[in-house]
Amino acid sequence: MALKMVKGSIDRMFDKNLQDLVRGIRNHKEDEAKYISQCIDEIKQELKQDNIAVKANAVCKLTYLQMLGYDISWAAFNIIEVMSASKFTFKRIGYLAASQCFHEGTDVIMLTTNQIRKDLSSPSQYDTGVALTGLSCFVTPDLARDLANDIMTLMSHTKPYIRKKAVLIMYKVFLKYPESLRPAFPRLKEKLEDPDPGVQSAAVNVICELARRNPKNYLSLAPLFFKLMTSSTNNWVLIKIIKLFGALTPLEPRLGKKLIEPLTNLIHSTSAMSLLYECVNTVIAVLISLSSGMPNHSASIQLCVQKLRILIEDSDQNLKYLGLLAMSKILRTHPKSVQSHKDLILQCLDDKDESIRLRALDLLYGMVSKKNLMEIVKRLMTHVDKAEGTTYRDELLTKIIDICSQSNYQYITNFEWYISILVELTRLEGTRHGHLIAAQMLDVAIRVKAIRKFAVSQMSALLDSAHLVASSTQRNGICEVLYAAAWICGEFSEHLQEPPQTLEAMLRPKVTTLPGHIQAVYVQNVVKLYASILQRREQASEAEAAQEVTQLMVERLPQFVQSADLEVQERASCILQLVKHVQKLQAKGVPVAEEVSALFAGELNPVAPKAQKKVPVPEGLDLDAWINEPPSDSESEDEKPKAIFHDEEQRQARHRHPEVDEEELARRREARKQEQANNPFYIKSSPSPQKRYQDAPGVEHIPVVQIDLSVPLKVPGMPMSDQYVKLEEERRHRQRLEKDKKKRRKKEKEKKGKHRRHSSLPTESDEDIAPAHQVDIVTEEMPENALPSDEDDKDPNDPYRALDIDLDKPLADSEKLPVQKHRNAETLKSPEKEDVPVVEKKSKKPKKKEKKHKEREKEKKKEKEKKAEDLDFWLSTTPPPAAAAAPAPIPSTEELSVNAATASEDTCEGPKGEEAEDEDYGTEQDPERKSSRHKKKHKKEKAERPKDKKKVKKKQPEPEEEAAAARLVDNGAAEEEPIPPMSSYCLLAENSYIKMTYDIQASLQKDSQVTVSVILENQSSSFLKNMELNVLDSLNTKMARPEGSSVHDGVPVPFQLPPGVSNEAQFVFTIQSIVMAQKLKGTLSFIAKDANGATHEKLDFRLHFSCSSYLVTTPCYSDAFAKLLESGDLSMSSIKVDGISMSFQNLLAKICFHHHFSVVERVDSCASMYSRSVQGHHVCLLVKKGEHSVSVDGKCNDSTLLSNLLEEMKVTLAQC
Amino acid sequence: MIQAILVFNNHGKPRLVRFYQRFPEEIQQQIVRETFHLVLKRDDNICNFLEGGSLIGGSDYKLIYRHYATLYFVFCVDSSESELGILDLIQVFVETLDKCFENVCELDLIFHMDKVHYILQEVVMGGMVLETNMNEIVAQMEAQSRLEKSENFPVTLHLSTR
Repeated sequence: MALKMVKGSIDRMFDKNLQDLVRGIRNHKEDEAKYISQCIDEIKQELKQDNIAVKANAVCKLTYLQMLGYDISWAAFNIIEVMSASKFTFKRIGYLAASQCFHEGTDVIMLTTNQIRKDLSSPSQYDTGVALTGLSCFVTPDLARDLANDIMTLMSHTKPYIRKKAVLIMYKVFLKYPESLRPAFPRLKEKLEDPDPGVQSAAVNVICELARRNPKNYLSLAPLFFKLMTSSTNNWVLIKIIKLFGALTPLEPRLGKKLIEPLTNLIHSTSAMSLLYECVNTVIAVLISLSSGMPNHSASIQLCVQKLRILIEDSDQNLKYLGLLAMSKILRTHPKSVQSHKDLILQCLDDKDESIRLRALDLLYGMVSKKNLMEIVKRLMTHVDKAEGTTYRDELLTKIIDICSQSNYQYITNFEWYISILVELTRLEGTRHGHLIAAQMLDVAIRVKAIRKFAVSQMSALLDSAHLVASSTQRNGICEVLYAAAWICGEFSEHLQEPPQTLEAMLRPKVTTLPGHIQAVYVQNVVKLYASILQRREQASEAEAAQEVTQLMVERLPQFVQSADLEVQERASCILQLVKHVQKLQAKGVPVAEEVSALFAGELNPVAPKAQKKVPVPEGLDLDAWINEPPSDSESEDEKPKAIFHDEEQRQARHRHPEVDEEELARRREARKQEQANNPFYIKSSPSPQKRYQDAPGVEHIPVVQIDLSVPLKVPGMPMSDQYVKLEEERRHRQRLEKDKKKRRKKEKEKKGKHRRHSSLPTESDEDIAPAHQVDIVTEEMPENALPSDEDDKDPNDPYRALDIDLDKPLADSEKLPVQKHRNAETLKSPEKEDVPVVEKKSKKPKKKEKKHKEREKEKKKEKEKKAEDLDFWLSTTPPPAAAAAPAPIPSTEELSVNAATASEDTCEGPKGEEAEDEDYGTEQDPERKSSRHKKKHKKEKAERPKDKKKVKKKQPEPEEEAAAARLVDNGAAEEEPIPPMSSYCLLAENSYIKMTYDIQASLQKDSQVTVSVILENQSSSFLKNMELNVLDSLNTKMARPEGSSVHDGVPVPFQLPPGVSNEAQFVFTIQSIVMAQKLKGTLSFIAKDANGATHEKLDFRLHFSCSSYLVTTPCYSDAFAKLLESGDLSMSSIKVDGISMSFQNLLAKICFHHHFSVVERVDSCASMYSRSVQGHHVCLLVKKGEHSVSVDGKCNDSTLLSNLLEEMKVTLAQC
Repeated sequence: MIQAILVFNNHGKPRLVRFYQRFPEEIQQQIVRETFHLVLKRDDNICNFLEGGSLIGGSDYKLIYRHYATLYFVFCVDSSESELGILDLIQVFVETLDKCFENVCELDLIFHMDKVHYILQEVVMGGMVLETNMNEIVAQMEAQSRLEKSENFPVTLHLSTR
């Protein structure tokens, strides 16, 4: 003991463990970085040692350093070494490190494939578990492709611990390798009903995650999930399912109807808040999906709103938050139910918790109506005043603007009020959203013609008191509104009461302290103002006054000419020259006003924000082509320092653009309109003459503004929005009185009115309020032939899009998972007699799966129809919830078993198939040749049975993967003897670089085609690339080559091989006659590249197509088999082999495996077997075992094929 | 899906950083820092949800956190997860830590980061909830510890036979 301690402490001197490292870091607070770099050096030393324990310790420390932000990817290779340690302790450390730092870009990750595969099939469940966990974090498309099949096998592992992990990781596999979804889905579906709750939960989790992205493909699972929902007690599972239903209901409103009741029950019964909340959420989703069709769900809405109110009133802030969140969903479709809780929501605005206040604000957005907008905004304004912290206040500000401007100012009845609110907001200190307010001012002034006069008066007041707004401390924020104010005053100067005063305000020296882009606007609009003043004075023949104003301009403009801002300077100099010129003319007594104002003639129309984007590109114009030669790189670098000439340059440019553009656009628009007007082929979108404003002043096409006399046209000083609230109320009151009068007169018509009100969207009171102004909100212009709503295209890089896969479609043969059975180096050495159990599993399982897939494929078509019917049936009936589970045909279990049964039936030739399915072949043990006539009697009876009953019967053969697999061999025999592992891959050719093994698979889908899978293993230390496989086609057998290549071209192998790596390539061959075995000569050419350079290498081979390789394992029922034999059109042949020592069971297994037969029936040491060729030949065998011999009698449509097959079989059996 | 699980103390020192989506190390650190500043501002008596926004993913993602004594446990999740469910999950995780470390405190997390990861791996796998039953998690952890012991593991022992 003492010795151990001494040794331990000595070791400590050399190696720090994780704890020492942490301690060390804590003790070196001052020079942490230096200490850690020292530690990393030590770790690098440790990683160089051979001892795996030392390495593991080092990797463990690296994982810690990774958390602190150090890049440890340089140790990736060492991490892999530790992952492949035999001890769990180290393996776990390795996988943890890998899961923290490996990703798709890690180049050594491809070296892990074999190691992970080995760990996945490890006998220790924790090795497997650790590998799965690690893989879930760093799975790449390649890993997913190579390991999908192994993981799928693990989904049926005996240990639930492995099953649940395997099920969960499948989601990651699907994401990286979408092709695996369809083959794996049936099994995933099975796992929904796994006896272990953890596995079940994992399956629900994965399917929910899949369905969330592409709900429509999972609609057919609804009955199954419904059953789970009504039966499960696991809240986790329930929550997931209920969330899933929330995603499914929008696609199938009938589903929603069915859900309402059980969900309502859950809402009433559950005590778990999380579950309650999700139920409410899904009910809301249901109600949204039903909102059009079903009027009678007000009870459910009430229930939801009421429950949410309880949540919101709860003292738990989390519940409050969620309650508000869900409330906002209801709001979208049922605003009325929420609006009655306005008090509660306004109360939440006062909450101390910002998240809650923000949620409440969101709700307000949807709760406003014409009636309550002013009140709500008033409330918000008081919050603005009270709010501490600019973030929240800015949020409030944006919300106020959002609320008011939503859907084209729908709820604003009084724009004077709105303008005054905007002006009030300008008094906010330190807000960042000055530009927002400015944009609103501009927008309202441009689009609401009736308000211009009022807006101009307010803006001129604002300009007058600009010193308040733009005190130097908050230059950046709020002074943006001056931009809008100046522009509005300039552009609509005809509405100004006292233009000279405003002009004076805009020319104050203080203005030069404003940001450049605002000054520029000032300068430009000063001229507009000037033009308008000139016009007025000349009309009034006040020549002197006109000269005065010119003098003022000449005096004040130089301050802008001196500006450091280029834009300001340029504009000012131009204008100064212009004004000086005007001054000269004025001195001569020439009237100039007309000409100066002509500079700014024309009306501005609002343009839709996307208009520019939607202008179609004219034919033949390439926007990406360079107009001039692109500048060289060095040039642009040089330019940078120059650009920093003025630091506000950039922002300024951004702000300036709209202004310039608007003017420019307006001009172009006018030109275009003229052109359009003259163009007889142009179809005018809105031929209303009213829309076409011409230069002629005074032509006002807008409906006459009904400004209430009680509204003062000019409010002295700063406006107070409250005044307008009061005025508005009075106005409404009067309106109501008038209406009442009218109503009394029209009493008879009242009924109609009521009806209409019920169906309309806005609240009753909304309708009654007529806006103060008949606001002409000019619709925004769009370019002709612009395409509507072509923007929101889905992101093509969305990883989930690849998973939008129809799961009901029959599975094609090409879709099976790639099976790379022989990556293990040992296996390749002697593929025929490999005894590693792992290999057996891998090489056998897939075969059966393939078969299963094929079966499925056939009946999938039928099944799909059936499924659709089932879903319809399930949805159309509305049984009481208690009985819901029973009558609803649950597709998953039953249909699956149906699959198994109907599959065999389909593949069985002959009309007997129908009956076969009714026979319980598990008990039917009679020797072959059962009278088929006897059965015919039953046929009619059976046909009359209702369909459901058939289903129940069919259920008996258990379709479990293993069971089905075993059935191929022993068909009910009880003998349990381990079947020796087998591999169908045999050596094709080998040299010092590469080793090739191959297997041939035929499939019923593509007659006369077989697929040759070749495993290429790099045995050298060179990198092999440019591999190309070529064969000399015979008349009978041809390799399928890519289109456009000649028969002499090789087919490239779609991968490269780093040293020690193997991979599988598949080649398709077309065969004319299959009755004879074939041999093809071929060559594999490749480039081997190593440190010394690259060499071109070749490897010749002979590809042997045995007759057995043309057979496809096809199950057959004994009666169909009997009928086939009876038919008499089969030729017969037989062989006998002596010296057999192998058990009959294994013998059959060998025949099944190597020659693709299936056992039809077996009694003692006699068995009948069946197979079918790709071209539809039936092959029937009767195998009998004597003391030490085996005799095989065969029957087949083609005698040559049969004799060849039997010869091949003889060779196989001779080895037994 | 859970996008990230972060554990850090009241001073923002990371104690466990687990991302289920690839971020370079410096971005990871930045996210930890920003997340820390976000949750630090918040009182203990306000709600445990935070719309992270720019941090990871975007508007679909939320930060859900709990504050225990000196440690913050922050989960970044998307809308497929139930908010209250994740809060429960954090509780399960912490209680499991408590069982496995017998009265867990920050020091346990500091010195046994690897073990904390192993426990987390039994709760969440690849961003998806694996197990919520605490007894099951603890049982699996104990079984793995036994396996480790049976492998006669101590690193120092191995070194001594070198």
